[in-house]
Amino acid sequence: MELSHKLRCLVCQNQSIAESNAPLAVDLRDQVREQLEAGKSKDDVLEYLVERYGDFVLYEPPFKTTTLLLWGGPAALLVGGAGWLAFRLRRRQAEAAQQARLTDAERDRARALLAGAAPVAADAPSAEEPRS
Amino acid sequence: MKAKFLVPLFLFLVLVGFLAFGLGLNPREVPSPLIDKPAPAFSLARLDQPEQRFSIDEMRGQVWLLNVWASWCVACRQEHPVLVDLARRNLVPIVGLNYKEVRGDGAIDARGMALEVETAQAISRARGWLKAHGDPYQLSVLDIDGRVGIDFGVYGVPETFLIDRDGRIRYKHIGPVTPDNLQKVLLPKIEELKRAG
Repeated sequence: MELSHKLRCLVCQNQSIAESNAPLAVDLRDQVREQLEAGKSKDDVLEYLVERYGDFVLYEPPFKTTTLLLWGGPAALLVGGAGWLAFRLRRRQAEAAQQARLTDAERDRARALLAGAAPVAADAPSAEEPRS
Repeated sequence: MKAKFLVPLFLFLVLVGFLAFGLGLNPREVPSPLIDKPAPAFSLARLDQPEQRFSIDEMRGQVWLLNVWASWCVACRQEHPVLVDLARRNLVPIVGLNYKEVRGDGAIDARGMALEVETAQAISRARGWLKAHGDPYQLSVLDIDGRVGIDFGVYGVPETFLIDRDGRIRYKHIGPVTPDNLQKVLLPKIEELKRAG
């Protein structure tokens, strides 16, 4: 019965009551079967057990305010981490771009070099290095 | 060293803190959702007079303990002297819930056993055990099939429930009652509830 696969055996806590051989699991399977046969809905049966054993009896933690951190936590961390990374990368790019910007003097010098003329540095001795 | 380089270390230490806390928790202790809720009503045959039934309404107005036990339960043997001693001090009445006395015993296959036969066997076993080890209970009732146990969220034996004057479950103790937790947890709560009147 698929409903039994959704319920945790509280004795062997890593098994469902469908799989477990613990006496309590047998008892709970009987209860589940009886109630379903009596016409109760699946939700009724689940509520019956959660009322007595708490949320832990459900294999899948329910989505409530108390479990919001459990469900949303990993996604929130992922988005947060990725966001932070993007922010840092963009900032680094901006910094690098800024450093790469040339002053006017540097730009003129670059042009002159590219045009093949001898470099005329304000503070360097004139060393002629004609480029072909 | 820039302070910001300490941030990952700090975050790591926070995670270590959570891990340490988690490792200290006991996964076997499943918290009861019945705390502060009315104890489930039941009417079961009394061990001393099986033709008569006992219902928890009879305990209204009193602070009392419901102790889940069985003769096949080894840990119950361990806690029993503590309960006998507690009963002698006359601080709080203890009602025993004799849980699946026959079918809960791993050595017995009760399938196909008629209910009257199983009940008779349960009565003789339970009475014999109490005679041998002492009877701290004001009375015991027979939960032959464990259904009342399920209503109380029992998933192991022994378990002990503290119930107040209005019939609400105030505390559930999982496992054997030891002198230590009797002193430190159970008795203070009992005193508190008795004072609340």
